Amino acid sequence: MNDDNRFFDELQGNGTAPRAPYQDYANWFHGEDLKDLRRKSSEAETFFRRTGITFNVYGQAEADERLIPFDIVPRIISAREWTRLTKGIEQRVRAINAFLYDIYHRQEILRAGRVPVDLIARNEAFLPQMIGVTPPGDIYTHITGIDLVRTGENQFYVLEDNARTPSGVSYMLENRETMLQMFPELFSKVKVRPVSNYPTMLRRSLGACMPPNASEDQTVAVLTPGIHNSAYFEHSFLADNMGVELVEGSDLRVQNGKIAMRTTRGYRPVDVIYRRVDDDFLDPLNFNPDSMLGVPGIFDIYRAGGITIANAPGTGIADDKAIYSYMPDIVEFYTGEKAILENVPTWRCSEPDAFAYVLDHLDELVVKEVHGSGGYGMLVGPAASKKELSAFRKKLEAKPGNYIAQPTLALSTVPILTKAGLAPRHVDLRPFALYSPRGVEITPGGLTRVALKAGSLVVNSSQGGGTKDTWVLEDD
Amino acid sequence: MLGKTAGGLFWMFRYLERSENTARLIETGFRIALTHPGGDEWQSVLQTAAAAEAYAAEHGAIEQAKVIDFLLRGKSNPSSVLNCIANARQNARLVRTSITREVWEAVNDTYMRAKEVFARPVRDRDLPEVLAMIRQQAALVRGELHGSMLRNDVFDFARLGTFLERADNTARILDVKYYVLLPSVTQVGSSLDNVQWETILRAVSGKRAYAWLNQGQITPMGIADFLIFDPRMPRGLRYSMTKIRSNLAMLENSYTDRHPCHETAERLDRRLQTGQISEVFDEGLHEFLTEFLSDIGQLGREIETDYRFHG
Repeated sequence: MNDDNRFFDELQGNGTAPRAPYQDYANWFHGEDLKDLRRKSSEAETFFRRTGITFNVYGQAEADERLIPFDIVPRIISAREWTRLTKGIEQRVRAINAFLYDIYHRQEILRAGRVPVDLIARNEAFLPQMIGVTPPGDIYTHITGIDLVRTGENQFYVLEDNARTPSGVSYMLENRETMLQMFPELFSKVKVRPVSNYPTMLRRSLGACMPPNASEDQTVAVLTPGIHNSAYFEHSFLADNMGVELVEGSDLRVQNGKIAMRTTRGYRPVDVIYRRVDDDFLDPLNFNPDSMLGVPGIFDIYRAGGITIANAPGTGIADDKAIYSYMPDIVEFYTGEKAILENVPTWRCSEPDAFAYVLDHLDELVVKEVHGSGGYGMLVGPAASKKELSAFRKKLEAKPGNYIAQPTLALSTVPILTKAGLAPRHVDLRPFALYSPRGVEITPGGLTRVALKAGSLVVNSSQGGGTKDTWVLEDD
Repeated sequence: MLGKTAGGLFWMFRYLERSENTARLIETGFRIALTHPGGDEWQSVLQTAAAAEAYAAEHGAIEQAKVIDFLLRGKSNPSSVLNCIANARQNARLVRTSITREVWEAVNDTYMRAKEVFARPVRDRDLPEVLAMIRQQAALVRGELHGSMLRNDVFDFARLGTFLERADNTARILDVKYYVLLPSVTQVGSSLDNVQWETILRAVSGKRAYAWLNQGQITPMGIADFLIFDPRMPRGLRYSMTKIRSNLAMLENSYTDRHPCHETAERLDRRLQTGQISEVFDEGLHEFLTEFLSDIGQLGREIETDYRFHG
């Protein structure tokens, strides 16, 4: 099945027999009829449509609610592998929070010369308004999504830290629900750790971060940009499953030193807001004055201890792609330990030597915009045509500081079900970590994104990627 | 509950009710046109659906196929069945956190079916089946609401939307046809009039019930009495008004606050409980209906303000 040995296949490694974590699944699979599985696969699509698990595509008509394609072959991670990953993630989440606290307070790491001052001071993701502000419980990133890729039996890399408003957790949960409905018998053969209590954990975690000036009811709410946002389904899904209100900026206002929501019985205070609105749009009085999505004055209430905003404003400075390359230093600086999870080697085009190297090796590298996301504005050198390469070279030369470059990673593959049977496709993994004064909690699982085109390394849903259910096994 | 959510629930169920009522109007119009060709039934249907002006602007002269298409899926008709269902679903998305998965899936399923069926004009031979599907889907959503939802404020706002729309619709059916029921114009027993009465009763699914209650004694006053004052007729004005009053009373109890909408609802309900059809005919059926329509319009606006649907 896996004839391309440059890539590690998670089902059978570089051999021909299933690796241990996939053994039970493979046994089950061989007893199944391919036609039957294909039928199940289209059932899954109907299930997603009926449930309304869709995302809106920007700039398209309302009718264009898309489904993210779902593949019925699970991605399986052993208990041992997971233990190592969670240690690495926990270490990273704690380091990111310590870094954020430091950057917005004494800036020891800059004084120690471990991160260049310019990188912070001139960074658009740095929020000067946050200087000296201490969020409730010192927690900045209540929710973090760490993107991991695998290249071998024991090689995992962190591709990106998502410390702003990471999305995708609803897919982690709904993918599992779908699998449970379609293949109940499979879950009695393979012991998979459950993910379903994520909303409860999130509610508890947010509840543990009450602001100093909390109301008696200790109310939590989810703030969405609205029904047309591409991730609206997820926002309503999370509010629904946590049992909290889903609010828009227009439902909120400042009242008596608190943020209050307009209910059928008048305005009621809100204490914790899990916002899925970017910093820029949060408060037209303090940030982007044109924003219609936020709440005028919310940042002043925040500074005065009237509300907790999760994640805190200004966390973008920790997941900026230019900061990323310093993460090993950051982890070591704050935890005193070596980073458990490796970073992908990164050339910063702002540095002349590195930039020269990148220009010389453009056709081998992946070049990303420092502030880009969603796979937009990215060059995958080995897959680019001569014309694309030279066009990108011009953009790069015009503004080198805007880019970083990384080697093209040999992302691992996991099979998907195609018409012809199983076929390997490249994947990544986004586990979700919650952080509160109670500690770091990581749901055993995550969002596995999969490139559906053979050979493609781009897994983003906006670029035609799909998802898989991610299984963490109970024991090895 | 958020004021916005209350508004979303109210409108979700208003739109659903409207889609069902429009489907019923088309069903009636189609039947009358088949059995009594040459009438101007489609003009009344358009008027009842408050779509006559929009239709005239787009198509001009009345043509059955165009009228049906306009009512089912006309893009410029905000109350077309398809637009109503799309609006109901959009509101359901807005209030997704306050309805059960069952209710959401029922309304989403309704939308997906409607989108498929209304992708192209419906052929005459498919029309009965399509209209039945719309009615059944509305019943499915209502059934899921009854079977799976808590009886709390969420339920009350959903029901308020349903019955306000229903009262409005039945009053409009009567008003468009009021002249048929007036003794001065009516020659009792003529076949044309039987058709018109039948239309009214069919449009509210009340033909069998009326016949059963009245032993075949069909009189204009009897029909008006049945639709306005009979407390047993689920699509009638009195029944709808009593429901509105009782759902508002539940809100008053659970929220322990009283608003102008409570006064209005009680006044309207009292009038229907104590009113007599002979008085209505004496003072003018059309005048009575016009006043009723304006009263429930006001009630709707009061509910919006009193429960803070908007900022």
